[in-house]
Amino acid sequence: MGLETDLPEIPIITTTVESVVQWARRSAIWPVTFGLACCAIEMMSMASSRYDISRFGAEVFRGSPRQSDLMIIAGRLSRKMAPSLRRIYDQMPEPKWVISMGACASCGGVFDNYAIVQGSDQVVPVDVFIPGCPPRPESVIYGIVQLQKKIAASKMDQSPKARIA
Amino acid sequence: MSAAAVMAALAAAVPGARYEELQSSDSALTPTLLVPAEHLLATCQALRNAPGLEFHAFSDVTAVDHYPQREPRFDVVYHFVSPHRRARIRLKVRLDSNQSIRSIASVWPGAGWMEREVFDLFGIFFEGHEDLRRLMMPDDWEGHPLRKDYPVQLRKDAGTYMPLQVTEEEFKANLERDRQVRPRPS
Repeated sequence: MGLETDLPEIPIITTTVESVVQWARRSAIWPVTFGLACCAIEMMSMASSRYDISRFGAEVFRGSPRQSDLMIIAGRLSRKMAPSLRRIYDQMPEPKWVISMGACASCGGVFDNYAIVQGSDQVVPVDVFIPGCPPRPESVIYGIVQLQKKIAASKMDQSPKARIA
Repeated sequence: MSAAAVMAALAAAVPGARYEELQSSDSALTPTLLVPAEHLLATCQALRNAPGLEFHAFSDVTAVDHYPQREPRFDVVYHFVSPHRRARIRLKVRLDSNQSIRSIASVWPGAGWMEREVFDLFGIFFEGHEDLRRLMMPDDWEGHPLRKDYPVQLRKDAGTYMPLQVTEEEFKANLERDRQVRPRPS
């Protein structure tokens, strides 16, 4: 059937702690329930049954940043919102990752004006940028899979990422 | 209710004020009156309370910036509704950037919020407003973004720091009060 048929006589597999821990981390990325604009609608669509992000273990949107691993910045980030976003990010425990979803969060998009932060990487360190206006749910799932690959390739004891002051 | 009828009713209630009717594309539905700034508050009180007018419902306060085409640059625009008369009215007050205007929050309390927004975005100062703080922009913002001479594509560093809204002493006092109010789990 599965793994058990390939097991040798003694059912033991040797591996490293690091690969197991990183497998666990990337297999249950819990995003924080946090949407800023229309991208959040696509994010919700991604979480619901038609696209179903639970296939990738990331469906548990947590109501508290204390229980979350991933922040999806879904929408335009206004300057007034930036301190709140930073505070939510700071409240998330390590290890944590950030996906910047859509044109507005990544570079300001069509809102080239005083009110919108021109790229959310000015406020928090971003791991994956997803293009689109808004990105389709498939794109966001692709972004999460890319993030899983990034986690798989990274070290377990990675020190906290260089913070933006 | 036509502009002439409103002006006739106002003439009795606000002596000495000179109104002018302005034309707009919706004049039939919403007559527009130009009101001198010094008579605004008396006019609003009359519109709300005078028999035959009874504009009890406040609808909106906003502003238009005509810079640099016109002097004085601002139009402050008020909309009121009279449910009893099934009538609407629009008032306009012309203001320059160094002038201020009386707040009408004493007549319609809800107007205070819109006046805060107009103050935030146009920098028009409302005298007599009890709490004239910014509404839309961050508290430490400089400038008034809806003015025509404001640099729209302004580049500023994104703020990431939010100051605490209580002092440390207040925080400790809150904790202490909670301890008093809530019974200790036994």
